[in-house]
Amino acid sequence: MIEFADVSKSYQGTVVLGPVSGVIEDGGITAVVGPNGAGKSTLLTIIGRLLDPTSGTVTVGGMDVRTSKSRDLAKHLSILRQENHMTARLTVRELVGFGRFPHSQGRLTPQCREKVEGAISFLNLADLADRFLDQLSGGQRQRAFVAMVLAQDTRYVLLDEPLNNLDVKHSVLMMRQLRRAADELGKTVVLVIHDINFAAAYSDRIIALRDGQVVTSGTVAEMMDDAVLTDVFDTPVEVHHINGRPTAVYAA
Amino acid sequence: MSVLSTPTSAPSATGLPDAEPGLRRRLAARAARLPRLPRLPARVTARLTPAARLWIVGALTAIAIACFLLLFIRGSFDFTFPRRLTMVGAMVIAAFTQGVGTVVFHTVTGNRILTPSIIGFDSMYTLMQTLIVFVFGGTVIASTEGLPKLVAQTALMVLFATLLYRWLFSGRFGSLFLMLLVGVVIGMAFDSLSTFLQRLLSPTEYDLLSVKLFGRLSAVKDDYLPLAFAVCAVIAVVVWLRRMRLDALLLGRDAATAIGVDHKRELTVMLVLVATMIAFSTALVGPMTFYGFIVATLAYQLAGTYKHAYVLPMAFLLGLFTLAAGQFLMQHVFYAAGFLTVIIEFVGGLLFLLLILRKGTL
Repeated sequence: MIEFADVSKSYQGTVVLGPVSGVIEDGGITAVVGPNGAGKSTLLTIIGRLLDPTSGTVTVGGMDVRTSKSRDLAKHLSILRQENHMTARLTVRELVGFGRFPHSQGRLTPQCREKVEGAISFLNLADLADRFLDQLSGGQRQRAFVAMVLAQDTRYVLLDEPLNNLDVKHSVLMMRQLRRAADELGKTVVLVIHDINFAAAYSDRIIALRDGQVVTSGTVAEMMDDAVLTDVFDTPVEVHHINGRPTAVYAA
Repeated sequence: MSVLSTPTSAPSATGLPDAEPGLRRRLAARAARLPRLPRLPARVTARLTPAARLWIVGALTAIAIACFLLLFIRGSFDFTFPRRLTMVGAMVIAAFTQGVGTVVFHTVTGNRILTPSIIGFDSMYTLMQTLIVFVFGGTVIASTEGLPKLVAQTALMVLFATLLYRWLFSGRFGSLFLMLLVGVVIGMAFDSLSTFLQRLLSPTEYDLLSVKLFGRLSAVKDDYLPLAFAVCAVIAVVVWLRRMRLDALLLGRDAATAIGVDHKRELTVMLVLVATMIAFSTALVGPMTFYGFIVATLAYQLAGTYKHAYVLPMAFLLGLFTLAAGQFLMQHVFYAAGFLTVIIEFVGGLLFLLLILRKGTL
């Protein structure tokens, strides 16, 4: 269970998030949605202990992310940010191998190698495994980073816009894989996502943020509602049921 | 059981790859069309493992050192050899501190352009020497040689660096680039102060000072070397034990933290080590702004891997080779032994400009 209580973040007096409190239950996929600048990524990076909150506490699976050792946390919690700048030139396989760092401290065991290869094939990267990252397209690189996070094999997986740079086909494939990871292995996946329809199709719960506050949260059925979405995005949104799926229509 | 133990041989279990043979073919075709790396001929790159590369550079370095030590001895062997051996000792220290120090600095700061000198070490050394001459007069600088002076200078530099980092990392700024910027400004301030004081010196005193301000391998006193070697050995062990964590730091702050590396602690430890190394180097052989930069840049190109277990020894060996071969050539071919560091700085400066212009950013 991920719990955050009174979490806020401000820069030079400007509050960008909170204070917000909430609970993300174990299992399933939770999507964090909201307009630009709502504080989605800020909340996710605070939960993933990459950013220190101005106030508040976050616990993931009972571990306080600010006081627990980074190394211990890395066995329970993995996080991928949107932009990943890198100094060295790595191949895909070397990058994915870094996902095993919390478990092996850099010395890959045979079991680690198995997990690395598993993650590579899981994201359909086998043909690209020995290519350098700077030789890949944005979408391929994005999949390589997600493979690294999966190789880390943690109970909690936080992803900041994993569909960034992905085309429709690979977005769908990525979401299916995450769905499988959640369903079959009981992983708790939290992701920031822009496309409300992707959130509706593949996640279990949706948390909506706006102006640094949690506006509302609930199951997909509760959230896919004209009034709720119109309020969250400050834009007229209609929800239609197409083939039984709630689909938001807003570009009208 | 884990999601990742899905066997590679049966990818269809994931429901993914079989659905898109077309993409696979296209990717394979694109991979085949990719141009070869322009650096070394592809055959050579593929055949030489990182270890083999180290052996080759190591052998070349050994040859260069042997040439420097044993060839062109005019007069007594017993007189010349120990003096040259002392110089080789100084070269080892300079190569280690500058090579390893720069690579480690590059890794923890996440860039490959800025060098430790940018945070003001050379400038502080210059200012300290200038101040000594200015306050005590030129004769003092010649008479206060010795271990205490060296230790005091080193301690002062490390203290300066630690204070700077602690101030900048107190959380008020939290930005490495801001810290580097402050380092540049402080370095410039030290330089300006030194220049100002140097204007006030008499020509004789200025002459005495200028001898101190350019790296002089031949002027190293051999009683410094045991201490320098001991310090370098300790640092080498610490860095070697952390080489895997250094590899992880290459991913950048966020990704390194995500896989469990305490970024802030590693950064602080490494910066103190770098400060110690550069301070020792500067105090021992004088300021060399671009030497570490050349050596590190070459090491990245030649090591053939990102792993610090290979890059760090490669930087050290290349540094040693540059100094030994350079000194040998300058001394016996061009008869200009004192100019080696000047030439290294010149070539290094050009390389630095070239890389900055090519990259356009830090």
